[in-house]
Amino acid sequence: MIDQILEFIGTHEEMIFFILLSVFVGVEVISGVPAILHTPLMSGANAIHGVVIVGAIILMLNLEPENTIGMALGFLAVVLGTLNVVGGFAVTDRMLEMFKKK
Amino acid sequence: MTPDLLYHIRTVVYLSASITFIIGLKQMGNPATARRGNLIAAAGMILAIIVSVFINVKKIKLDNGLFDYVQSQPPAFVYWLILAAIVIGTVIGWFTAIKVKLTRMPELVSMFNGMGGACAALIGLIEFHHNTDNTGALVAIVLGMIIGSTSFSGSIIAFLKLNGSMKKPIRMPAYNMINTIWLIAMFAFGAYMIFGGSSSTLLITLLFISALAYGILFVIPIGGADMPVVISLLNSFTGLAAAFGGFLYDNKVMLTGGILVGSAGTILTIVMCKAMNRPLFNVIFGAFGQNNASGDGVAVTGSIKDISISDAAVMLNYSKNVVIVPGYGLAVAQAQHVIHELEVLLESRGVDVKYAVHPVAGRMPGHMNVLLAESNVDYSKLIEMEDINPEFEHTDVVLVVGANDVVNPAAKTDSSSPIYGMPILEVDKAKNIIVNKRSMNTGYAGIENLLFYDPKTSMLFGDAKKVLSDLVAEIKAIG
Repeated sequence: MIDQILEFIGTHEEMIFFILLSVFVGVEVISGVPAILHTPLMSGANAIHGVVIVGAIILMLNLEPENTIGMALGFLAVVLGTLNVVGGFAVTDRMLEMFKKK
Repeated sequence: MTPDLLYHIRTVVYLSASITFIIGLKQMGNPATARRGNLIAAAGMILAIIVSVFINVKKIKLDNGLFDYVQSQPPAFVYWLILAAIVIGTVIGWFTAIKVKLTRMPELVSMFNGMGGACAALIGLIEFHHNTDNTGALVAIVLGMIIGSTSFSGSIIAFLKLNGSMKKPIRMPAYNMINTIWLIAMFAFGAYMIFGGSSSTLLITLLFISALAYGILFVIPIGGADMPVVISLLNSFTGLAAAFGGFLYDNKVMLTGGILVGSAGTILTIVMCKAMNRPLFNVIFGAFGQNNASGDGVAVTGSIKDISISDAAVMLNYSKNVVIVPGYGLAVAQAQHVIHELEVLLESRGVDVKYAVHPVAGRMPGHMNVLLAESNVDYSKLIEMEDINPEFEHTDVVLVVGANDVVNPAAKTDSSSPIYGMPILEVDKAKNIIVNKRSMNTGYAGIENLLFYDPKTSMLFGDAKKVLSDLVAEIKAIG
């Protein structure tokens, strides 16, 4: 099992560095945000993880066409992912609309 | 176009989308650019979705170290299905987001977060069978599925708690022990699914269900007042689940989006905890209510004093300065417009009016600012806690509308109180306090408020909107 894990790290070397750097970017981007923007920011971040819909699309495109259950669940996944994206960005926009300069 | 060219085009779009996510999040941290930031990220997301649908190319590493790009074209009905799913999701998501009242927004965020988690969990559930011989992929599948399902069911519970369907925390005996054992067992089960060589549909479905159950167990004991922190935490969970999806498909835009939200969400959770002075550990392992017995047992001295609308109107009209403390009760009663009317009226009588906004007033940090901004309250009149607290001793009248726990002096004086240590608005220092509440019911934390028994405090019972409208009419009559 240790071999497998080490091999995994070795073969995904670039990916692991990439993840590490992304984590720091995420932390950096959020630091020092005023409390009043916490809710919209959480909502905006919520919309961004809706990017998981891309995975649901890839899943459906590469599924065996005769796999009915898989297709049905994949369909559901795309609907849910779209809800996350569209609802997320729309709600955030409604909140931030309130902060516009008068 | 050749498959390798298509692949590179997709890479460029994914790269651009990742940049829009980072810039978008950065801009959302500043009130002046926040809205633009959100739209930039949304534009990047649309591009990423479009190229994902139309460019389905896999990059395969050959034995000689070179890469081969393989394009596969599913039957046309798959495209129609995807299109239909996107249309359905867009219509429902759009209308829900547009129709919902601003007061209901926190629970809506929770709901949408749950949808993303469920999406990630379903991907794992379906992809398991295609990857039973690939340990790396199984790690991503199993972890993505566990985290996604937990985030989904947890978010639904958080949603129910915020909309009032499930108000009291439900605690089984020794729930911390049960939850911890469940968590360990679930990951052990997950490890077995990764390394045990099983390809059983039954087992992977069982793991899926046990993760759903864990999400419920995780959120159900946590009190409503801590829900914003929980939602923020679940938000970063979903980010993590999306990132595992990215790992599975070697898809960089899912990875950047997911990890960004995962790490940003974690920091946001910690910042929120700091604003409420509640260590994350206490939120999860439930310090609220555990010492509820002693919290309820606080010796209440003194009595409640009522005030009439006309007396309150006179008091406000002839004071030099007034600080309004808005709470969730104001939001529930949809009284944000009439409070602005009251503010304008008092200003016209030469009274200096400000709003004291607690960082967690409403249901989420910043929620109250959004609501007051909606009713055109001037941004500069909203004063944050640290800045307004020193001013209370020079304040003639504090008008508390539908706020409770955030003005409870027990947070400073009673070390046995569940909210002890939470930073509060120190309204008890003001010369007079008028509290508008619907009834003597306790606030979200479920504890008595000593402020109401203070000799300087007068209670003005009734629905916030009605009471404030009556006040406005009464003050106009004085003029």
